[in-house]
Amino acid sequence: MSDRHFYAGMSRRRLIQGAATMGLLAGFDSLLPAYARGQLDNTNAFHTVRNGADIYDLTVARTPLKIGGTVSEQPITINGTLPAPLVRLKQGREAILRVTNTLPEATSIHWHGLILPYQMDGVPGVSFPGIMPGETFEYRFPVEQHGTYWYHSHSGLQEQLGHYGPIIIDPAEPESVAYDREYVVVLSDWTFDSPDDVFRNLKVAEGYYNYNQRTVGDFFKDVETMGWDAAWSKAGMWGRMRMSPRDILDVTGSEYTYLMNGSPSASNWTGLFRPGEKIRLRFINASAMTFFDVRIPGLPMTVISADGQPVQPVETDEFRIGVAETYDVIVQPTDTAHTVFAQSQDRSGYVRGTLATRKGMEAPVPPMYPRTERGMAAMGMGAMSMGAMGKDGDMNMDSGMDMGGKMEMMSGSNDKAHGQMMMNGADSGMNKMSSDKATMNEVPTAGRPISHGPDNHGPGAAMVASSPQSRLDDPGVGFETANHRVLTYSQLQSIEGWPDKRPAEREVELHLTGNMERYMWSFDGKKFSEVDGPVKFYHGERLRLILVNDSMMDHPIHLHGMWMELETGAGEYRPRKHTISVKPGERVSALITADAPGDWAFHCHLLYHMDAGMFRVVSVV
Amino acid sequence: MNIMMNRIKWVVGASALTLASGAGAAGTGVQAEPDWTLPIHDNQVFGQVLFDRMEYQRDGDNELALWDAQAWIGKDRNRLWVETEGETDLSSDSGDIENFDVQYSYRFDRFWDIQTGLGAQTTFGPSPNKERYSAIVGLQGLAPYWFEVDTNLRVTDDGDVSYDLEAEYDWLLTQRLILQGRGETLVAFSDVEEWGVGSGINNVGLGLRLRYHFSREFAPYVGVSYTRFLGNTEDLREREGEDVESSSFVAGVRWWF
Repeated sequence: MSDRHFYAGMSRRRLIQGAATMGLLAGFDSLLPAYARGQLDNTNAFHTVRNGADIYDLTVARTPLKIGGTVSEQPITINGTLPAPLVRLKQGREAILRVTNTLPEATSIHWHGLILPYQMDGVPGVSFPGIMPGETFEYRFPVEQHGTYWYHSHSGLQEQLGHYGPIIIDPAEPESVAYDREYVVVLSDWTFDSPDDVFRNLKVAEGYYNYNQRTVGDFFKDVETMGWDAAWSKAGMWGRMRMSPRDILDVTGSEYTYLMNGSPSASNWTGLFRPGEKIRLRFINASAMTFFDVRIPGLPMTVISADGQPVQPVETDEFRIGVAETYDVIVQPTDTAHTVFAQSQDRSGYVRGTLATRKGMEAPVPPMYPRTERGMAAMGMGAMSMGAMGKDGDMNMDSGMDMGGKMEMMSGSNDKAHGQMMMNGADSGMNKMSSDKATMNEVPTAGRPISHGPDNHGPGAAMVASSPQSRLDDPGVGFETANHRVLTYSQLQSIEGWPDKRPAEREVELHLTGNMERYMWSFDGKKFSEVDGPVKFYHGERLRLILVNDSMMDHPIHLHGMWMELETGAGEYRPRKHTISVKPGERVSALITADAPGDWAFHCHLLYHMDAGMFRVVSVV
Repeated sequence: MNIMMNRIKWVVGASALTLASGAGAAGTGVQAEPDWTLPIHDNQVFGQVLFDRMEYQRDGDNELALWDAQAWIGKDRNRLWVETEGETDLSSDSGDIENFDVQYSYRFDRFWDIQTGLGAQTTFGPSPNKERYSAIVGLQGLAPYWFEVDTNLRVTDDGDVSYDLEAEYDWLLTQRLILQGRGETLVAFSDVEEWGVGSGINNVGLGLRLRYHFSREFAPYVGVSYTRFLGNTEDLREREGEDVESSSFVAGVRWWF
């Protein structure tokens, strides 16, 4: 696995790196962690092993860095690098992680996806008070699991500024997966502006970063493709809801520089290999706000784990990785250079790196996919509501979308247009429905009616989905016309199933809600500061968590401290995850064993959504 | 400009201190200590100053400068809202502050604020000036089909009642070039000759402004504006020898910070 012989210059570089933590180093794009240069082993100055424990010393600091040719004063680094260094642990050992804060403000590290005592979870205000300036906090916990994870600040908006890094936990027993070489691929989004300014812009000016809004020209394009009536009523439908089908990401490539292992595209992060080798790529989406679509043109990828948990190998050409998710894939390069291409979900930008047999090689960089917009499924009407339409396209509003009591406006005289439009919009759902009927039947919540409170969640929710669908077999917005393989959650199957075979004794349902106009994000229409208590799980119980997305955006929902076994229809082979991306208008469910007493954060992992209120505490009592 | 805007931003930011820090929020778990910080701060104070129209108008030989601005400060649902609109005749240096309203604004619906407060209306310039005050209740928000609407019912200190309505609509020609349509009207429920107000519909104003966004914040524009006085108000103005109709070329800037 070691590839040190590839890096004759390594020791000299590490020297330079040491010297450079003092400040800037001209010529380097940023001070990159060792794994960005292919060094994934555990021989770091800040790592020691004593009495069977892995001990890491991590220092959080503000370090001026050059990113893509521009110097920024604001990176928050750990041991001088952006992203933070690799923390490599071993299943069955103890981890001792000493974190020293040299910032003038409090900080924290959350070990994302790790099963540990709640006091070690690193969420200020929930698990501990935070790490004050000048303090060192010692995290200490037994390492129970293995796989690819990551860590990041849970304080304020620090995560946006580089305070994130990868974790690899080696299994106690050797894995059955064979590979010759491995790389960590940390994807992230960087801004040269203050995250506080970014947040304010989102709060006071809806769509501030969205330069892909619908224009008059787009309307006439619709007229061309779908005819006047359908185009008019499509515009009308979105207009009545005051929703934009183009709200795909809140912060876009107009603001962000996308990074792969800390390098923008121009710096071309490169992972070296020798012909014939199998490479394990550990993808981590450490972005604040960006879903990425990842592919390696010309090279199929075999997904072997999701969120650190092994899955039955599944070959694919592309996968969408939600914020905070991880995927491990195996590739076997056939050429001397391959582009690793990660474009933002809204196609407003991308970052690329290269797998190559020599430094300095490049492969063609593909164009980004055309920009796209959401279809009707996003409104929570889904494919199933097609059945509710009469032959001439009339829609039964009871199973359609609820626009806050303004439904009569929809069922007016627009007869054929509605039906036609919905056929287009719900296209992808329709095509897949037949092939996955069996799957859908096994999802326990499928077809179940949904209830919203009498106030439809109040002003905190700009819309509600009254007929949300399980769309786990839908790769998501932008892939409607894809003619290659794109990974879906329904393809993820665990290898052996999980220890707790009990069915759910209880159900907890939470709705993902938001109001873009004021950038209010919440669960059930209530921001964190508006709720009257934590969500309670009872210790030892088996429960089903049902998430209904009542908003127009994808939300990566993260539960700390416990696994969520995603009910995909795969029965006991359901995968388990720490972060579940829920598409607009979608309902998903997961089984949880409440075996971790204490308080745990539960939130949307889009940083600014979390900070706007989409956050709850789960108390296991 | 940038430095100034940053400074103003800083002032706004400084007043946007995070309230309610310190644990004890109901949603925090069972073991949080009272002196712990909150995990997130979703209840911050923000503020914004928007000059929706800061413009020069020319109708024949008449030259006017006009402003239409609003500012707010507050949280997601409760805000203090200040709005002002007025114009000055550039040849005589006289004009009027049509309204200077200070209102409490509450978001009661997904897209609508109810606003209530006090407003002042004054004239200024060489001739004798006058002023009056009113109590206001109004709605501001986003109507279906993306119309920005601001509407108020006013009762003056003399007991005169009027109702005004403004609506704006943006057509995106490109991501940065935007054509804004604007309409406004005022209905009075009594004659107030001193203020040139006749009962009934006073006027209808229409405007089209084409603006280019150099940034989200800063967008200069050019356009046309048309106003027609109607009914009793029209008669009143005819008697006073004032125009009952005007078409203007306008140029100005929309900006916020």
